[in-house]
Amino acid sequence: MNDTAMVNDKNLIEGKTGMWEVVLGLEVHAQIISNSKLFSGAATNFGAEPNTQVSLVDAAFPGMLPVINEKCVEQAVKTGLGLNAQINLRSVFDRKNYFYADLPAGYQISQYLDPIVGKGTIILDLPGGEHRAVGITRLHLEQDAGKSLHDQHPSKTYVDLNRAGVALMEIVSEPDMRCSDEAAAYLKKLRSILRYLGTCDGNMDEGSMRCDVNVSVRRPGDALGTRCEIKNVNSIRYVAAAIEHEARRQIEILEEGGSIRQETRLWDPGKGVTRSMRSKEEAHDYRYFPDPDLLPLNLDPKWVESLKAGLPELPDAKRQRFIKEFGLSDYDAGVLVAERESAAFYEAAAKGRDAKLTANWITSELFGKLNAAGKDVTESPVSAEAIGELIGLISDNTISGRIAKDVFAEMFETGRAAGEIVEAKGLRQVLDTGAIDAEIDKIMAANADKVAEYRGGKDKLLGFFVGQVMKAMGGKANPAMLNERLKAKLAG
Amino acid sequence: MSDLTHLTIAAALDGLAAKKFSARELGEAHLGAMAKHKKLNAYITETPETALQQADASDKRRAAGKAGALDGIPLGIKDLFCTEGVLTTAGSHILDGFKPTYESTVTRNLFNAGAVMLGKLNLDEFAMGSSNKTSYYGSVVNPWKRTGDNTDLVPGGSSGGSAAAVAARIAMGATGTDTGGSIRQPAALTGTVGIKPTYGRCSRWGIVAFASSLDQAGPIARSVEDCAIMLGAMAGHDPKDSTSVEMAVPDFRRALTGDIRGLRIGIPREYRVNGMSAEIDALWAQGAEWLKVQGAELKEISLPHTKYALPTYYIIAPAEASSNLARYDGVRFGLRVPGNSLDEMYELTRAAGFGKEVKRRILIGTYVLSAGYYDAYYLQAQRVRALILKDFTEAFKDVDVILTPSTPSAAFGFHENEDDPVQMYLNDVFTVTVNLAGLPGISVPAGLDAKGLPLGLQLIGRAFDEETLLRTAGVLERCADFTALPAGV
Repeated sequence: MNDTAMVNDKNLIEGKTGMWEVVLGLEVHAQIISNSKLFSGAATNFGAEPNTQVSLVDAAFPGMLPVINEKCVEQAVKTGLGLNAQINLRSVFDRKNYFYADLPAGYQISQYLDPIVGKGTIILDLPGGEHRAVGITRLHLEQDAGKSLHDQHPSKTYVDLNRAGVALMEIVSEPDMRCSDEAAAYLKKLRSILRYLGTCDGNMDEGSMRCDVNVSVRRPGDALGTRCEIKNVNSIRYVAAAIEHEARRQIEILEEGGSIRQETRLWDPGKGVTRSMRSKEEAHDYRYFPDPDLLPLNLDPKWVESLKAGLPELPDAKRQRFIKEFGLSDYDAGVLVAERESAAFYEAAAKGRDAKLTANWITSELFGKLNAAGKDVTESPVSAEAIGELIGLISDNTISGRIAKDVFAEMFETGRAAGEIVEAKGLRQVLDTGAIDAEIDKIMAANADKVAEYRGGKDKLLGFFVGQVMKAMGGKANPAMLNERLKAKLAG
Repeated sequence: MSDLTHLTIAAALDGLAAKKFSARELGEAHLGAMAKHKKLNAYITETPETALQQADASDKRRAAGKAGALDGIPLGIKDLFCTEGVLTTAGSHILDGFKPTYESTVTRNLFNAGAVMLGKLNLDEFAMGSSNKTSYYGSVVNPWKRTGDNTDLVPGGSSGGSAAAVAARIAMGATGTDTGGSIRQPAALTGTVGIKPTYGRCSRWGIVAFASSLDQAGPIARSVEDCAIMLGAMAGHDPKDSTSVEMAVPDFRRALTGDIRGLRIGIPREYRVNGMSAEIDALWAQGAEWLKVQGAELKEISLPHTKYALPTYYIIAPAEASSNLARYDGVRFGLRVPGNSLDEMYELTRAAGFGKEVKRRILIGTYVLSAGYYDAYYLQAQRVRALILKDFTEAFKDVDVILTPSTPSAAFGFHENEDDPVQMYLNDVFTVTVNLAGLPGISVPAGLDAKGLPLGLQLIGRAFDEETLLRTAGVLERCADFTALPAGV
């Protein structure tokens, strides 16, 4: 709980009777990247034909027993380390008991009192360059359930157990967030860290990262209000929308003198509303108890240390390094490190080049074109090395920045190298002062009246002369040189 | 030649090795005896074709000089072990028609050692019971009768089919499972030997689970040596069972040296319970005396938390069972009674599929795990369980083996102990502590009561010290020289 945190006025929501503060906590279910399930050898590929990735253990046949998949434990510990969290060397698997057709054993194996990972921290990168720490309460390992398909038959429900038993990490945050932007930033950052670590692919549309949001509202400075848990929010955009809607709903109830019922609500993306799923009174009694089929999980501290030593550089550290090493702005560095691939792309492109210029080109030109083409950086038609070459041509004055944009457009289109395009099209910029002077003289001679006006004090006309000379030289004059020579000549 | 069915496993292995008879003849002799003893209702499913195929294969192996440790020995398999392609019922209606596509590790181990399967043996439903009265497939009848009294008696439970079959010579040995006494109690009530090994010694993979932290497989046979032979084949580490222990299996048969000189035998004073018959008390004293005469040293010991064992057991076992049995929901296998909704289908299926005792235990287990009751019942029971284990750990600092009666009484009639389930639960009073502590225990037939019914004595050993346990049991067996046979066998 973060009751003492400063209330940030800009996060407050105005109701009919005054200002309200929203308090948010997130529970993320992140599917672990592993070849097989948490307690069985069945495969975990997404999109396989129904019930083709199911072992007897997953289907809970009589006498079947779970055996922990060490890879999944490793992934959870790595994630805990990546969240600067406490790794619990002893954790316990518990059974969470409830009946449902897609839960074959009638219980889910989870971790209740003794999770594998304890308290940690995640740094949010907020719009406007602000950074804010949000607490992680815990991370625990659990099995996913299967899928009930209600739309395959008019009166029957079909069950697909492919997902049953797949390893999940449930990552629970403290109620530290105060607006939907922060919730979105939390999810983006968490996803970024998971992807850096290679522990979850973070694809919300495939359901490999799912989010439940706990929402409550209160008057600034008051104690925490009653919360509702919103389930089934499967995109960052929906998370923001669901929070906005739910906060408004709660404020309305409270302002009309009502009270909030603690309940689980479902986000309906079609209607853009949350609706009641079950109230606390109908809540399951899960009858958690330690799973007698599994021994407590004891981790060797040396093994944890070796995982720690092998962790990749994570986004926060990389951002700091980019700022320090390459002189980038916090914002540019943040954009580049958001995905591990774009950071790597940048570093490869910037090798031996002007680092800031490279960052500008990648964040504006390349990302702009990739976005427009609906591609990500790994699918870029222009390689990091090719961008580096282009930056080199700008830096050594072979081409001007303006020409470079045209060259880049062609590179993106055709995949040809920058140097090749420059040579083929004769785009080298003119650095010969004699040639520039000659053109300037011609233009001045042809526009004697304008020259007179300029000399009479109308110095705005400089732009006109620059344009005319550039046009005459096919844009290839070195802009700085042209400016300098033109000013000198116009001055008489 | 019906004499074949009276052989011990050890003697039969010698006979097979000496080519006095074939595995096929041995198998046929047993199948013949089974046909004569149908009234016992020991088998739920008989598998004569499989038995003869396996026997023929065994004869070929033996001829090729490749015989295994149990090659050609006809066994009965408790119907709690999943057997590939063979109906597996757990004595319950809810597993109707369930033929596993897999073989339990223990039965796989037995078949790999050359054993022949005669069929699947009756049991209390989901191994819950001490009388074999809770089976959906009807009660098993104990082959023993009181002298001059034709009343049918229970064989004990839950491995009642196993014990009755071994006693009636319609299996040379049988697998059992023991959660609170389910091997040792029926062994005691039928004049057979039954050992529950240390928890983790045998794999639980493929055994229908009752209470996972207590369940353990073991053999029932007609001699300590036979139990040693069978256990050697059944045991071993299994990566598919996280609670099975990575430890080499000793040669249990070689442990039977017959020499217990200097061994310290503990006599726990808390096992002298109210209402125990004078006969049992006398037998216990006799057993102690036999061991003493053989050179062992007797020591009175204290296991102070014994009186809490039964209530502790009846919290932990049902708690685990309530969760383990949730998978029987009519969705994927076994019985399904259709309903108008998923919940209704669950309710109808489970109402029809489970018997009264199973339902009682699911209710108890659900209750003790419920919010608000968990701490007072389940958690408290786990604490007491730790104390019970500590009692034994302390005791085993001073003694090597503990001697107790196996049961508080001999076999009883079907309508005795009927109205009060707690009275029935008292049958496990001497055996549950061993499960709670995860220790090995063995019941050895030690004599007959005044009505001519067998009585057993129990020995309890240190964890994973089945060798000392079996060695002591072998000496006890030799002293008791139990040779009585049930009438009609």
